[in-house]
Amino acid sequence: MSPSRDRGGSGGPDGARRSPGPYYQTGTFAVGGRLLDEGERAVQADEGRANAITKGHRACQGCGEALGARYALDAAMRATGGRLIAANATGCLEVFTTPYPESSWQLPWIHSLFANAPAVATGVAAALRAKGRSDVRVVGQGGDGGTVDIGLACLSGMFERGDDVLYICYDNQGYMNTGVQRSAATPPAARTATTEPLGEHPGNAFGQGKSAPLIAMAHEIPYVATATVADLRDLEAKVTRAMGLHGPRYVHVLVPCPLGWGSAPAETILIARLATESGLFPVFEALDGRIVGVSTIRRRVPVEEYLRRQRRFAHLFEGDGRPDVVAHLQALADRNIERFRLIAADDGTGDARASGGADARADADIDLLDALAAGERGP
Amino acid sequence: MSAGERPYAITLDIGSSRANRTGDWRTERPVYVRRMPPCNHACPAGEDIQAWLYEAESGGDGYERAWRALVASNPLPAVMGRVCYHPCETACNRVQIDEAVGINSVERFLGDEAIRAGWELPRPAPPTGRRVLVVGAGPSGLSVAYQLALRGHHVTVREQAPKPGGMMRYGIPAYRLPREVLDAEVERILALGVQLECSERIEDLGAAMREGAYEATFLAVGAHVARHTEIPGGTATRVIDAISLLHELEEGEPPQLGRRVVVYGGGDTALDAARSAQRLGATEPIVVYRRTRERMPAHATELREAEQEGIAFQWLSTIAAADGEELTIERMRLDEHGYPQPTGEYEQLDADTVVLALGQDADLELLQGLDGIEVEDHVVKVDERMMTGCPGVFAGGDMTPADRMVAVAIGHGARAARCIDGWLRDVPARPEPEVELAGFDQINPWYFTDAPRTVQPLLESVRRQTTFEEVVTGLDEGSALFEARRCLSCGNCFSCDNCYGVCPDDAVIKPGPDGAPYAFDLDYCKGCGICASECPCGAIEMVPEEI
Repeated sequence: MSPSRDRGGSGGPDGARRSPGPYYQTGTFAVGGRLLDEGERAVQADEGRANAITKGHRACQGCGEALGARYALDAAMRATGGRLIAANATGCLEVFTTPYPESSWQLPWIHSLFANAPAVATGVAAALRAKGRSDVRVVGQGGDGGTVDIGLACLSGMFERGDDVLYICYDNQGYMNTGVQRSAATPPAARTATTEPLGEHPGNAFGQGKSAPLIAMAHEIPYVATATVADLRDLEAKVTRAMGLHGPRYVHVLVPCPLGWGSAPAETILIARLATESGLFPVFEALDGRIVGVSTIRRRVPVEEYLRRQRRFAHLFEGDGRPDVVAHLQALADRNIERFRLIAADDGTGDARASGGADARADADIDLLDALAAGERGP
Repeated sequence: MSAGERPYAITLDIGSSRANRTGDWRTERPVYVRRMPPCNHACPAGEDIQAWLYEAESGGDGYERAWRALVASNPLPAVMGRVCYHPCETACNRVQIDEAVGINSVERFLGDEAIRAGWELPRPAPPTGRRVLVVGAGPSGLSVAYQLALRGHHVTVREQAPKPGGMMRYGIPAYRLPREVLDAEVERILALGVQLECSERIEDLGAAMREGAYEATFLAVGAHVARHTEIPGGTATRVIDAISLLHELEEGEPPQLGRRVVVYGGGDTALDAARSAQRLGATEPIVVYRRTRERMPAHATELREAEQEGIAFQWLSTIAAADGEELTIERMRLDEHGYPQPTGEYEQLDADTVVLALGQDADLELLQGLDGIEVEDHVVKVDERMMTGCPGVFAGGDMTPADRMVAVAIGHGARAARCIDGWLRDVPARPEPEVELAGFDQINPWYFTDAPRTVQPLLESVRRQTTFEEVVTGLDEGSALFEARRCLSCGNCFSCDNCYGVCPDDAVIKPGPDGAPYAFDLDYCKGCGICASECPCGAIEMVPEEI
């Protein structure tokens, strides 16, 4: 290798792939760094970041949603020069930021009902169009309950009509602020208040639930992506890319919930990382219904490493445990890895890292229709 | 906003959530800490390696800042960048990600850069008028002289040899340490006002101290007296010792060795002697050693370089007898304790010259007449202040019980200087504070990608067999910068903004451009600990709140 390498990664600003920061200490995934140029740092490294959700909010210790929402909206605020309006569904995010009369929001923000955030966002966009304000952009946002279950009809309508809204779903896999009930995004075998760990099939049932990102792709809208709070640069790149497009766009962000998942507050980012590194949560990006990029796994882990850190899966490991259920979850992860090509083809180490990303991006040309034709179900 | 101006159905003024001090939820608080990086912990010279790598990572002006941080503990970086066996790299946490950081090669780069650019050592403090005698201008003597001169003391260094450097000059061959490098770094120390008197042997230390009105002495005479062994029937065989060979070589009068040179011993000096013999024309140097390759005390890099140059080895062998140009070699075997035992099997080996490399002892004659000095196993005992049993007489380096390495000697000098300074001013030296070691378990390796180590180029083999040109070539600037940036900064913040980015409560205050440290906004920090678990380098600790 050339001795004059001073840029560790292959990541570029356009990347939907996992991109290490170009070079502090030859390749780091950290937020910023004193040796990086401004443009090479994450939005979150900026002292002048929008802080769309400011301090004093009432989210739990280590809340992934508070983090994910700030990451996403700060990136959107930068992309729009601060000209942004948010419509919010009912849910944790709405509750912990706006106990009347206080607000954590540092952008114009509107809440109406649980089910109608996409429709409200549509209305805001229509009002702006009517006023001739093409400079102001709109995001709709909600949790997985408000998006995948209750608001799905409004969301589908927004997609179908072609409204100029970016909708962001913060997926913590359940109804958390009402006491951790199951949603259609709750993973199989997970304990919730409504899926008790009892009987032969403890926790949430296998074979149910739905993938909102794949549903969104089926609308063939301009942009769909998944992301997690474990890969800030990837999330920021996707939101930035989405704000560069018009029409309906959808970003689905995995945000671990220490309360509902029974994980340590300090491990929120670690848990999200393990979700992707195990293959349980595929991180990808699609244009016009076609997957154009995936984040390859850097250091593959068995699903058990992810599951054991969460009390919602504790029943799988108590006493004799349920190795059959763990194996079933592992099979789901393996299928994701195969289906979304989450391991770079030419890498036998299981450590795709920076070099794998670019190749994988070109390589991963998975058509949703192929996937559906093969009889696949959502993750 | 008064009640009349509020919109319909609004009864309270709009407030910010900042009114809600969520800091009172906290049961643990994050604290920025500085832990002891394993490299610093392992460095016998006491260098703050992580700190100077941090500066070097900036490139440009950072190199001089790095060098300044480096010479705070070690005034001979270009020398040490060549001859140190770098225990720092053995300890480096990066080993567990890919390979250790090439600390030694960056040290050499900085040392060479300083010589090239003519950077000067810091200016000494105003003269104190106190006088200290240093006996021996080897690494520990030069180190103590430098540190005492910085503190404003008057230092005289007496050296028995014609030139300063001790074993760095008379023990380490020029192909490992070019003399212009050594000269340049010694010159820089002398420029601080250290008085050097060469070819001055002290016979009676007590008298010398009285004559020069010295209030303290640092003894650093090294270990230059070769150990010998009787070889039966060896009178007709030419037998010399390795340390004399290297010494005479340095003085420009190398002994005639012949073609077949047998070196007896297994340490670094044996390898230096064999490699030097080859460069002097011996075509078949053989190292004969009683134990196995694995048990050889020589360092692995030295052994590898010797083998590359074609030095032959005969393991598990001892010289039983000599008869003219023929040696009788007895095969050995290792017993269950690893000690070599004779087997009674013999073979013959031709030799023009036998070079004994069996270790060295210190010449302690000058201590006669001093009270209180204790000698054990041919070395002088010192206390934790590096002081001998005789008040005001300190000692360090190879003549004291420790590993015989340049880095150890430099560390002795620095420590002794602190204690001598305290002793002169009648202030006890403060004990170094205990700092928690930054182990690999405190690193978050996710944040670092693979970055293989940069290898220093080696001189081509033929030139290594025939000349005393330097074998290992230094890194160019780009490679040195790359290597410096491989540092994980174990246990010490490297300003990556991660804590600022990952806090869900926006409770980390990022420093402004003035380089102030990060701080926590404890009014809002809920104590979740994400910052600590996502800190790449283990510089944040969660501590329980007192309730």
